[in-house]
Amino acid sequence: MMTREQRIVETFVGLADTMVDDFDVIEFLHGLAQRCVELLDCTEAGLLLADASGMLRVMASSSERSEALDLLQSQNEEGPCFECFHSGEAVASENLRDDLERWPMFGPAALERGFCSVQALPMRVRGDTVGALNLFRAEPGAISDRDLPLGQGMADIAAVALLQERSVRESRGVVAQLQGALSSRVVIEQAKGVLAERAQIDLDAAFARLRSYARRNNRRLSDVAGELINGQLEPVALTDVAASGRSVASRRTGSL
Amino acid sequence: MAAVDGETPSVIDRVCVAAVSLLSLSGAGISLMVDGRLRGSAGVSGPGIAAVQELALELGEGPCVDAWKDSEPVLEPDLARPGQVRWPSFAQASVAAGVRAVFAFPLHIGAIRIGVLVVYRDRAGPLDSEELARGLVLADLAGQVVLAVQAGAPADRVHELLAHEPPHWAEVHQATGMVSVQLGVSMDEAFVRLRAHAFGDNRTLRDVARAVVERRLLLEGTK
Repeated sequence: MMTREQRIVETFVGLADTMVDDFDVIEFLHGLAQRCVELLDCTEAGLLLADASGMLRVMASSSERSEALDLLQSQNEEGPCFECFHSGEAVASENLRDDLERWPMFGPAALERGFCSVQALPMRVRGDTVGALNLFRAEPGAISDRDLPLGQGMADIAAVALLQERSVRESRGVVAQLQGALSSRVVIEQAKGVLAERAQIDLDAAFARLRSYARRNNRRLSDVAGELINGQLEPVALTDVAASGRSVASRRTGSL
Repeated sequence: MAAVDGETPSVIDRVCVAAVSLLSLSGAGISLMVDGRLRGSAGVSGPGIAAVQELALELGEGPCVDAWKDSEPVLEPDLARPGQVRWPSFAQASVAAGVRAVFAFPLHIGAIRIGVLVVYRDRAGPLDSEELARGLVLADLAGQVVLAVQAGAPADRVHELLAHEPPHWAEVHQATGMVSVQLGVSMDEAFVRLRAHAFGDNRTLRDVARAVVERRLLLEGTK
């Protein structure tokens, strides 16, 4: 049975895993949200991240209860997370019953779902607030002074993990694009050779047919080249006869 | 320092120039690889690099190939030492081209190897531990620079700074396509056959490819 301290250490150590290639950030955040419930004396925890347009989206929560998720997601115009995200400061209400005017939509909605107090902590990286950690309690009362720094630490861990994962994802995208483009150049030249040989035409004519087919069918040249090489596309489909064959047929129909 | 085609040195060229001065080299270059095959080069500095890269393509052996496969730096302080068993053909041809010591550092982006930073000297001798450490840092930097440059490329294209190919390489790939049909074999096999023919005939791969493309040469086994 792990002590509280051991649990805290384990959570921070888990951050090192974000550097591993098959790191699953959503799984990590779910685990983090659950840890928040265990360590911070609250009922539910949720993590919201702002997307490119500045809308807060739920990334993970400690439970799948739809009431909790809805409540988290609803904070795009008012609520503790909304304020926290925009101010970059911690926002709390010890007793929502006393704070109904503060958040006229969020407050009653939270009470209806059995939540009496709420704490939002900013997720920050290098001075930017990228989202918020939301803690809900069934009873009134604030998160203790002992636990608040820990809660902020959890929020900061979440921020680092998300940004690390986003940066890895972006790098992978660029690498895939580079390797794909480097390979495509080669495939196109190989396809010219294949078509030149199979149709017994010169390389310039082969290139012209490949380009013409790609254009007529609105396809990428490298895809057409790849399909010719792997046999999905037959050289006869690329001939001028095939191209003009259609117009000959339509002329015939037209004359009937 | 002169860059490829005599243009203003690009950021990639500058990484290679930095490598040359920090590791007291004769030249440095970046080989871009996909699945262990050389598919492009960037930032060439020094005349021997072109030779090293072309030899890797011609012979399918050398420090770039090994560094990519092993995912580790490959260090050869003297290509001319007696009893040189690593890359016998490559070593001989490289020394003739003025490349005496060669060191290759794989470029990693996460778990993917995108290429190799290859550096050489015209005199024998190992890298000392400081130079080796600098080499590793430069390889990291080179990988990041390639990534940053490619991020600015139009969709589905290789950025022009990374798009340098050895001269006449289009013909080699075209010839590969032709041979794959003529012999009824895969692209990889066709390429191996072209290379073997060049080796056996003591001609360059480029020359053999040109002969195939101009229909002056049919390889043995053509149907």
